[in-house]
Amino acid sequence: MKLITHNMLTSKCLKGVITGYPLAITATVVKVSEVEYNPEFISRIIPKLDWEVLWKAADSIGHNEGLPQTIDPKFEDNEEFLRKAHKVLLEVEVEEGYLTCPESGRQFPITKGIPNMLLTEAEVQ
Amino acid sequence: MSALLKLKVLEEYLQDLVGFKRPKIQYEQYETPSHIAAVALHTIQVRFEALENRLVLDAGCGPGVLALGASLLGANLVTALDIDEDAIKIIMENIDDTETTNVEVIQTDFLNCNTYRWKNYFDTVLMNPPFGTKNNLGMDMKFLQMGLELSCDSVYSLHKSSTRSHIQKKVKEWNVRGEVIAELRYDLPATYKFHKQASRDIAVDLWRLKHPHT
Repeated sequence: MKLITHNMLTSKCLKGVITGYPLAITATVVKVSEVEYNPEFISRIIPKLDWEVLWKAADSIGHNEGLPQTIDPKFEDNEEFLRKAHKVLLEVEVEEGYLTCPESGRQFPITKGIPNMLLTEAEVQ
Repeated sequence: MSALLKLKVLEEYLQDLVGFKRPKIQYEQYETPSHIAAVALHTIQVRFEALENRLVLDAGCGPGVLALGASLLGANLVTALDIDEDAIKIIMENIDDTETTNVEVIQTDFLNCNTYRWKNYFDTVLMNPPFGTKNNLGMDMKFLQMGLELSCDSVYSLHKSSTRSHIQKKVKEWNVRGEVIAELRYDLPATYKFHKQASRDIAVDLWRLKHPHT
């Protein structure tokens, strides 16, 4: 699971949970693999993200990569920033571990890089 | 407009992917044949430039033919979802074999995805939904609706041609633009016990549903 994906997931589908965001990450295995750098894509995706959540998630697994906590208004022109963002969003991957719902404590396992977000029928809203 | 790969080359790549080992009827798992997938993806890219440099979702990905095809045609990132653990194992195998680095897999129930932060997030949503004609009537329409909710531009989906007028009605009801962009023939091998013939030729439509504001 890449951190760009983590940024989008919630546990709001759980019965009794109101926002279910952000999910806390507990990572036992993290890998960094090379992904083709595409500055246009990074610039386009950043406005869709919750930056604070991304930063905290990256920091919590020891991979903030020197990323600033807030975004510069002219970030599109900052090559160094875009490269760091690229790395954190697309290259850092949680291989093994789990996500935890901030309200209910329900854990969602991550196995071989895949989060399992499935709920039992009794857990659904 | 152009595509990174020629149709024939794309089809050859997709042919090499691993398929369902034991399809499950409760999810109406039918494979998307590599020929159909290749023609569909190539059309989507060449006519609408909806894959290269796009953020793509494959909803109900199964073995991942559409997801991996979209990645081959230059999608920035593909998110692939499936509810079924065995399907997930197969797409993972395909991702490993092809050394793909930009397909993200999540095991989840697509019809519950409105709880994630994906509303209008994806440029392009691809799906080959359950036909919705067996035990899960209307499932195909639920897939389409969720696809629209998660996309900011368009949804591309395969449906039996026999459901065309029904989809036309729904498209009007939902206030979106919809057109059939290709008519294909699906040579469906006998996947399940209730299939009497060895294989059956089924006419399918490739639909494009588009938000009116884009």
